[in-house]
Formats: sequence, C-alpha cells, structure tokens
Amino acid sequence: MGSALNQCIIRIHEEHHALEDYQGGVPRWCSGCGDNAILAAVQRLCRDEDLAPERTVFVSGIGCSSRFPHYMKTYGFHGIHGRAFPLAEGVKMARPDLNVFVNTGDGDCCSIGAAHWIHAIRYNMNLTVILHDNHVYGLTKKQASPTSPMGLKSNTTPRGAVLEPLNPLLVSLGVANASFIAQGVDWMPEQLYDIIHKAFKHRGFSFVRVIQRCPEFLPRMFEPWLHDPGKTLLLTHANGLRPSAEVSRTYRNQREHDPLDIDTAREIAACEDPIPVGILYHNPAVPCYEDRRHAGAPRSPELTRAGLDAELDKYTIWPEERDSQPAQAV
Amino acid sequence: MVVVVLSDASLSTAQQPFPRPQFSEDWLAPPIDQTPVPEGARPYDWDPVTGIARRFIPGQPGGMHTITGLAHDRMSKVAYDPSINEEGLRARSLKLAALQKTLKAPPVYGAPEGELLLVGWGSTQGAIEEAVDRLRAQGLAVSSMHLRFIQPLPSGIREILQRFKQVMTIEGNWSDRLNDELIDEDNRRYSALAMMLRSRYLVDVDCWSEARGQPIKPGSVVDVALAKMKSPSKKNRG
Repeated sequence: MGSALNQCIIRIHEEHHALEDYQGGVPRWCSGCGDNAILAAVQRLCRDEDLAPERTVFVSGIGCSSRFPHYMKTYGFHGIHGRAFPLAEGVKMARPDLNVFVNTGDGDCCSIGAAHWIHAIRYNMNLTVILHDNHVYGLTKKQASPTSPMGLKSNTTPRGAVLEPLNPLLVSLGVANASFIAQGVDWMPEQLYDIIHKAFKHRGFSFVRVIQRCPEFLPRMFEPWLHDPGKTLLLTHANGLRPSAEVSRTYRNQREHDPLDIDTAREIAACEDPIPVGILYHNPAVPCYEDRRHAGAPRSPELTRAGLDAELDKYTIWPEERDSQPAQAV
Repeated sequence: MVVVVLSDASLSTAQQPFPRPQFSEDWLAPPIDQTPVPEGARPYDWDPVTGIARRFIPGQPGGMHTITGLAHDRMSKVAYDPSINEEGLRARSLKLAALQKTLKAPPVYGAPEGELLLVGWGSTQGAIEEAVDRLRAQGLAVSSMHLRFIQPLPSGIREILQRFKQVMTIEGNWSDRLNDELIDEDNRRYSALAMMLRSRYLVDVDCWSEARGQPIKPGSVVDVALAKMKSPSKKNRG
C-alpha cells in the first residue's frame, strides 16, 4: 500500500515532454536545408526518450550546422570552429549524468577540427555525434569543404575542386576504439530517426554522418539519388536496423550487414554510389574513456584531502619535529 | 571574461621553500547548484553592483540556454542589432570596473615618499627589493612598488607616484634607450608598463628594461637607479 502510494506520487511528479518542450526557436536555416530534417529527428528522439531538457546538452562548433543548439530548448554550447569535440568531452568528464550531443559540419569536423575528431573517436566517450555533411561551406557562402566533390566550382575553387573528397566514414572506421559508425540521408526521415535513436542508445562515441542537401549552394547535387531509390543501399541486420515494409517497398536495394564486421563495414563505407544507409559498425564492447578513467566517481572532501596530503608529504620537512626529538644513540 | 595571467620563465620555473599549507574545506569546489532557476530569470541578467551574471548550470530546471561566442541578448540568443552590441560592450566593461573597485593599492616597499620610485611586476620583485635595500643602506630615498594587477590597475597608484620626484619602471621587455643615435623623445618606445602608467596617470615615468631572457639582477637595478638619481632625465621632463 505504502509503496504503491509512493509509486503514485513518483508518477505524478514524473514529467512528460511534448515536442514543443524541445523547440528553442524558429530555425534560421534555409527552407529545404537538411539541417531541418536532423532537427526534427533529434527533437523526436528527445520526446520519445523523454529526456529532461535541463539534463541535456548540445555542443557545436561553427557553421550552419552549429546553429543547432540554439534551436533546442535544452542547455547548449555554441563553441568555436572545430572545437565541438573537446568542449563536449569536457562537459561529459565533469558531468557524466548529462546527455551530451555534438553537432558538427563537414568543415567544422573534417577540416579545422579533424585532429579533435580523430582523437574523440579514439577516446570513445559516451557522446552522440551528428556530422551534418552538406559537402560545402554554407555559412560563409560556398567554399569547397573537405567533402566537396572533385570539380566543384566554388568561391575558393573557381576552376573546380582539384582533390578527391575525404570520406568521413572511412576515416572514422580507421581509428582505434571506433565503436559506432552509421550513415543517414536527410531525405529518408524514418531511417534517419532510427539511426539517431540507435546512436543515442549506444554507450560510447556514436558517430552518425548525415548526407544532407544544401538547397542554396548545391541544389542539384543529390537529385539522381532522390529520383532513383536503387542508388541507395539499405543496410539491414538483426543487430542493426530492419527497415519497415513501407520503406522496403521503395528501397529494394538492401544488403544484410553484420555491424560487428569491420572489414565489410570499410568495404561498404568506401562506396559512394549507391550511398549506404544504416549502421556500418557497432561494437558495444569497446570501453568508454570515462569508464577507464573512473571519472564521475564521487570526489569527497576526504579523498581530496588525502590526495593533497600525500603529495605534500613527498616534499615536506619538519625541522621542529626533528629538533624536538632527543638524539638517540644507535 | 578572458583573464590573462602574465608570467615569465624565471617566475614560472622558480623554486623556493614555503610553509606547508593547512588544508581547508574552503578550498573545495562548492556542490553544483541543481536547484530550479528563479521564475523570470534570464541567463545574462547581471548585478549592477558586482557586475556578475549568475551562471545557470546544466541540470538546473528553467535555466536552459545556449552559450555562444557571438553577440547575444540577455536570453543568450544570437543578436546582431547595434544596441545589443553596445550593451554587451558596456556590461563587460562595467564588470571589469566592478572588479577594479575591489582591488587595494599595492604596498610601497621602503619609505612612502622620496626621490625615486621603482615600479615592477612579475619575477623582478626580489631583485628590485634587494636593490632598494642596498640603496637605502647608502642613505638614498629609493622605494619600490610591485604591481599584481596590471589591467585594471587598482586605485591609489596615482597618489603613490606623486609622492616621488622620479618614477621608473623596471621590466623584462624591450624599451628604446635614449643614448642610441636614432632614438629621441618623439620615437622612443617605452616599455609596456611605463607606457600604461604614463597614459593613465599623466606622470612622467621613465623606464629601464632588459630583454636578455635571463632574470634581472639586483646589481643592475642598483646601477640603473644610481644613474637615474645622478642625472635626472631633463630630456624626459619636457
């Protein structure tokens, strides 16, 4: 009776959140921008998982993508260019109790922040990361990014980009301690939601690359993929995702892929046409950095005092004590 | 607000004995505030007396906002309008002013007034004070003042400077020497602290500096002070 009553009271105090509870303002992204699709999927995730807005933090760097935290009604850190990862790592180390997300773009993550990105994968902290990859610098009005296709004419490459693009999936799959690598596309909202949901549920560094359209600067880039579902390769597995019957009716190009098979994951990641969509790699057994470091263990005043005393003991001399001791014949 | 702590190699690598600190619970970080934010409070509301805004910490219900490096309004929303730009600059400047109000004037080493005041900051304190001891032992009215806060400067420095006939900074950085052929009062680069004191207090501050990458020695300071007192820089006095 008593415990049932308590349960009731707990129920009453449990908050349930609606989508609007996570909407932090009208996005200023262009209409048709893939960022909007990611925002919709993430807000849905927050509602479905009933994440407490005050215990959820979105960290970003700089770029169109990095406006993301401003549009969430949670805590946010709109950081500096390329530095979303170290900021998020700091938040997580100090506050393992918070849900920490990272939003970064192809310029932010793969160019200026590339070193942080690689080490963030290796650290494998429990963060949910979304790479908003629109293949171009949008906020600064069309410059070639590391993922821009070869030949792209932009303000920095007027005669066309001269290099092959960097493949963020292959880079991620090449780093030690990689534990969750997936890819979604902004024009498949159900799959995108499922992938981000799976990423959130993974304890570790969940890296989701989202291929997204930039209607302003690369308006036609993904048209062939939009018109031909055969140019999308859906990855399915019992330990990955199973597309709904509806999705399967349209997207028939499917491949059974065990997310634990990293060699095949790399092979699939190397393929740009068809675009693979789904979980490429998922290994829940890779330990998290915060677990290895025992971060989050309560640091009591006694522990701090003992540590400090031990350190001071190494260097302290006690002349008074020595002088007060009578000399002993040995 | 960005805080810069200036140091140099001889200060940061120096070793000296110090009394063993007695542990105090005051040193411990306070527990993280997780209480709900008061109704209607905004992330950048600030106290006009202290200049400080109460920081909302993740976990505090009702305090959700996004920190940004861009210009923002009091709700922490990115804002580009002219009035907000100016309001932000004013608030940050007043925050510094509020901090300045809490600073005490630095103590004067030696007598509170006299012929020559040597002013320094950072690792030169020991050398300057040893030089002052030696000069005072010779019966010379030399004192020194060591600055801990350089920007903002505490109040009361103007009055200290005015109690001495001559003021000179001793610094480990570059300043032009008047005995160089190319240097005169129109192009002489003063060392950084001398320039700051001159511009803020309109006091004729001379400077001596070394940029040899080695600690300044008390003997050098004694020689410089003796030379300064022997020939008060007429060239410098306008």
